[in-house]
Amino acid sequence: MEPMTMFEKIWNNHVVREMPDEATVLYMDAHLIHEVTTPQAFEGLRLAGRSVRHPEFTVATMDHNVPTTDRSLPIKDQIAVKQMETLAKNCEEFGITLYDIDSPEQGIVHVIGPELGITQPGMTICCGDSHTSTHGAMGAFALGIGTSEVEHVLATQCLLYHKPETFEIRVDGSLRRGVTAKDIILSIIRRIGTDGGTGTVIEYTGSTISALSIEERMTVCNMSIEAGARAGLIAPDDETYEYLANRLFSPKGQDFDRAVEEWRELPTDEGATYDKTLHIDAQSLAPQVTWGTNPAMGADVTDVVPDPGEMPTDDAKMATERALEYMGLIPGTNITDVEVDKVFIGSCTNSRISDLRAAAEVAKGRKVAETVNALVVPGSASVKRQAEAEGLDEIFRAAGFEWREAGCSMCLGMNPDILMPEQRCASTSNRNFEGRQGKGGRTHLVSPQMAAAAAVAGHFVDIREWESY
Amino acid sequence: MEAFKKHTGLAAPFNRINVDTDQIIPKQFLKGIERAGFENYLFYDWRFLDDGTPNPKFVLNAPRYQSASILVTGANFGCGSSREHAPWALQQYGFKAIIAPSFADIFRGNSFKNGLLPLTLPANIVADTIAQIEAQAGYALAIDLESQTVTQPNGVYHEFEIGEFQKQCLLNGLDEIGWTLQFETEISAYESKRGI
Repeated sequence: MEPMTMFEKIWNNHVVREMPDEATVLYMDAHLIHEVTTPQAFEGLRLAGRSVRHPEFTVATMDHNVPTTDRSLPIKDQIAVKQMETLAKNCEEFGITLYDIDSPEQGIVHVIGPELGITQPGMTICCGDSHTSTHGAMGAFALGIGTSEVEHVLATQCLLYHKPETFEIRVDGSLRRGVTAKDIILSIIRRIGTDGGTGTVIEYTGSTISALSIEERMTVCNMSIEAGARAGLIAPDDETYEYLANRLFSPKGQDFDRAVEEWRELPTDEGATYDKTLHIDAQSLAPQVTWGTNPAMGADVTDVVPDPGEMPTDDAKMATERALEYMGLIPGTNITDVEVDKVFIGSCTNSRISDLRAAAEVAKGRKVAETVNALVVPGSASVKRQAEAEGLDEIFRAAGFEWREAGCSMCLGMNPDILMPEQRCASTSNRNFEGRQGKGGRTHLVSPQMAAAAAVAGHFVDIREWESY
Repeated sequence: MEAFKKHTGLAAPFNRINVDTDQIIPKQFLKGIERAGFENYLFYDWRFLDDGTPNPKFVLNAPRYQSASILVTGANFGCGSSREHAPWALQQYGFKAIIAPSFADIFRGNSFKNGLLPLTLPANIVADTIAQIEAQAGYALAIDLESQTVTQPNGVYHEFEIGEFQKQCLLNGLDEIGWTLQFETEISAYESKRGI
């Protein structure tokens, strides 16, 4: 048989109907939903008198709107409440499992999917959220979709899809101390641009990638969408299977062993070819800090804010000028001289237990600068419990960080956690778009270690220069 | 879905690359449970000043572009969040087509599903078109999906590429769910093969 990439294998396993000049009817194994991008989909079903084909394949949670402050208090935002109530009502009406705001399993949809074992290798997974690419870390083809597609999956358990191309990004070598999965993906996006992956599924390969933990792989795949890719993929291995053993939705006993045998067939065959390839030397990577208004506008922490005049095209020059004006930055300024007002540690990119451990290691025995307000928002209720069991909450609180309940929080500021105009934030999230964290807010994307260090110093620091962390 | 066959309308220039969906419709307007009413929030943070009055510097607020129905803009339009509220807002504001050198994948797909045409032309033609729009008041473009052409006021036209399936969906205003459901037998056969 012709050697195949992992993506082609997963694709072929899910084709229901494939005809020339037609979109492929592709089967979806798992569908995750949340309160923001689904109300109109359920309404569409009702208006057309359609039912949900497989309610058991859809799982719901509340994450985007939820406040991260004391959950025993009433929620002030009545429009958000209405959206959460609507999700609860829809799940009840159509028989869908919901982990609501008070559930011990509640959390960011892309944190709880893998955590509950919903995400498994070889699956097709979709969700009305662009960061669904996260789940590719388990070797699943995971797609961010719009609300019309949510309705389509609910009604048919399928999506209409045009086969994307494949893009191998191979990262080899060992990472230097202080350089993280976040720095790998920020470096990649900086290299290929926010549309460098458009129309493709990126498979991350190489020794650096396979040495990453499952949670670190999620950080890499999570931001595939920031390079414009349809999805990110990483081959499953023993670490993946170990991660999945005994999770709530994972197969159990002999079924699990059988599943592992099938999963072992998934990785790309030797000799298979990709439509595009890119090689990156891990040794060349440094901690990253974005300075602009899209995730490709980044720099090594040792760099300076760039000069628009040095940009290669007129478009890039204009975009850089605009970005620096919005960000209130002057070309030539050392990145490490840029002062921050806020620090946000959280989001589907960096809110898992290993992220919190990494940040806590930096925060331990130190104090948040007086000029900085810093918050830590765990990705799920389960991550929060684990962190508290390890005493991480105490470390953060003692250092002056706020310790919150789980949710998307300040990554997109749909809940009350927002930046005020001109406030500057070191954020472990995924988007530094204008106004993303609040109108006029200035976001710099960094790793959890770099965010915690910025909170302490009051400005960006090269984490590699700190001896103890 | 609304069908799209032909459209002639006033063009507005928006000379920016990488316009993300957070700009097209900011998050504070995603809390609704309806599909309507998003036109007032399109490009909100750019379009309105802090006191809620229109920002005179924003291109769509210029009197000459009122009632524009075709937006001509830079590469990678619609990147970022998958929110379908973005094409809803553009369409409800009055846009029938967006012309750009490239689009982000999810935005492009969401647009097709709502009958908003994401039309791709080479970067030099888009840049040239933007210059022409800015130079000539009342500049209108004529889009014909059947022949896959965009015609300028001077009669010069450019052909554009579009997938056959997407073209037929738009021309017929196809209900995609209804289309997929006609393959019920195939879906059921697939499921039984997998033991679902």
